[in-house]
Amino acid sequence: MMADATTPGGGLLVLALMLPAVGMLAIFALGLRHAERIAHATLLAGLAVALAVAVKVGQSGQAMTYLIGGWRPPLGIALQADGLSAVLMVMTAVILCAVGVFARGSFSSPRDGAETRRPFVFWSLFLGLWSALNCAWLARDLFSLFVALELLTFSAVPLVCLDGSRETLRAALRYLLFALAGSVLYLMGTGLIYGAYGTMDIATLHHLTRADWATSLALGLMIVGLMAKAALFPLHLWLPPAHAGAPAAASAVLSALVVKAPFVLILRLWFEVAPQPASTPAGAMLAGLGAASILFCSVMALRQARLKLMIAYSTVAQVGYLFLVFPLVMGSAAVTPWESVGWTGGVLQLVSHAFAKAAMFLAAGLIAEALGHDRIADLGGAAKAVPVTVAAFALAGLSLMGLPPAGGFIAKLMLLTAAVETANWWIAATILAGGILAATYVFRVVGSALAEAPEGAGTTAIARSRELAVLALALIAVALGFLPLQPFDYLAIGRGGMP
Amino acid sequence: MTPATLYGLCAAALVAIGLFGLILHPTPLRKVISFNLIGSGTFLFFGIAARRGAAAGFLGDPVPQAMVITGIVVAFAATALAVALLLRMLEAGAPTVDGPPEQPDDLSP
Repeated sequence: MMADATTPGGGLLVLALMLPAVGMLAIFALGLRHAERIAHATLLAGLAVALAVAVKVGQSGQAMTYLIGGWRPPLGIALQADGLSAVLMVMTAVILCAVGVFARGSFSSPRDGAETRRPFVFWSLFLGLWSALNCAWLARDLFSLFVALELLTFSAVPLVCLDGSRETLRAALRYLLFALAGSVLYLMGTGLIYGAYGTMDIATLHHLTRADWATSLALGLMIVGLMAKAALFPLHLWLPPAHAGAPAAASAVLSALVVKAPFVLILRLWFEVAPQPASTPAGAMLAGLGAASILFCSVMALRQARLKLMIAYSTVAQVGYLFLVFPLVMGSAAVTPWESVGWTGGVLQLVSHAFAKAAMFLAAGLIAEALGHDRIADLGGAAKAVPVTVAAFALAGLSLMGLPPAGGFIAKLMLLTAAVETANWWIAATILAGGILAATYVFRVVGSALAEAPEGAGTTAIARSRELAVLALALIAVALGFLPLQPFDYLAIGRGGMP
Repeated sequence: MTPATLYGLCAAALVAIGLFGLILHPTPLRKVISFNLIGSGTFLFFGIAARRGAAAGFLGDPVPQAMVITGIVVAFAATALAVALLLRMLEAGAPTVDGPPEQPDDLSP
């Protein structure tokens, strides 16, 4: 939909971008000792803004727009929340709030002691990350999206090496290099697009793009760059060490949210910028790499000895499912892409994986704190020490495997249905095989956690509120399975003007 | 050959050299420099897009130039972050991203 004027309440979108940034500045200004309290206040306010945007979009049935400075695109820059953006904003806010509750124990500064760097760095980057994510969900021109991606990288990389050990520094540098290579390729693509069409506005480009070699090259460069950031096989090598090495609260945010932003950008490029109908071989290639991600990284997850590395490999596998969407949506010509089963299934997979994976990483963090290690083979006694956490881990695992009634089940069922409808049998087979592999690696952990504790193993007590935050995330991941048909309409909001 | 084509070829060459270095050099510092080479090529490309978009009495389209400034700032910040990480890593004693540790004098200024 073209952005013609600022809609009522459009200022909320600016607030969504600015609140975390203001919170970050307040941490600098009001003294580092208050970092945690300022971050928590910002979290509550930001959650309220995200919910307000979602309710307003749902009530009006139209996308919300804010034109910065009142300038209309293509000259000006628009922020726009359609159904997809609103869902993503609420998802981000809820997950960050839960992580905020979880992290209260691990990064709080001593009440009377000196100001320490760790809580300050964590909370300010945490808020920076949120601002960048909201920018990625709301921006409507390719260059603002580039800036959002860079903000995201600069906030995410230091989170990886928060404990400053040699391994995490190495992982952070590798992550940075992959992300930079990705963003420079993306920037080159935007340059080509601007050279060919003279605009960066997505809604304007939607009507302009032609199927010529310059457009194909530009989109190819941008998508490959984003693939490196989204950690699609074979560009996933940076993810497992980076996500496994970060502190649990940071890993949860990185795995659940940060890798989703580049994927959402690919989704927008594919369905809103690329000339329609999109190229069949390219869609099949993306799905092929997604399938390779699922199979290869699920097997890798099975082979890991450490819990956090296993979960990180599982992230690559689950992100692979998202890339299966492209050929599934192309096949159904009768309905618009965003009303098709495949598209809705893909978005639902994105959201349910975000909740499940955040719950899993936080659970792994609590288990490691309680037992003092995260070796899968020696997890015995975990179910006795932190029963709520192990239950949350199992519930989140339910969603990853795609067992009913979890959100992941509905998502994978929709993808499977779309694969059968469009006669993509190899995709259907991959989805089923991926589910079995996921079940194997989740049960391996749960089975080990239910075993008797070894003699003489001591455990550390964990605050109940932190366990409940993890359980809440896992329950949301399961509860998503109970709203199967509603997303169809909501996700299509704001796309009426698109042919 | 028009100047735009010539500069376009230069940009392409810079990107190619940078990509080669980024993928094939094992040492992190060279990877960072390679990234800057790709960046330079991309910025040059934006300049060409600006020149080719000249209209309405302007010598060049100002929009790509504005974007290049942002791009340069971002690339500078990225390089600073990468170098800071690299220094911390050297202090911790792990000089390479992948592959065996190299000779320490390779990275000295």
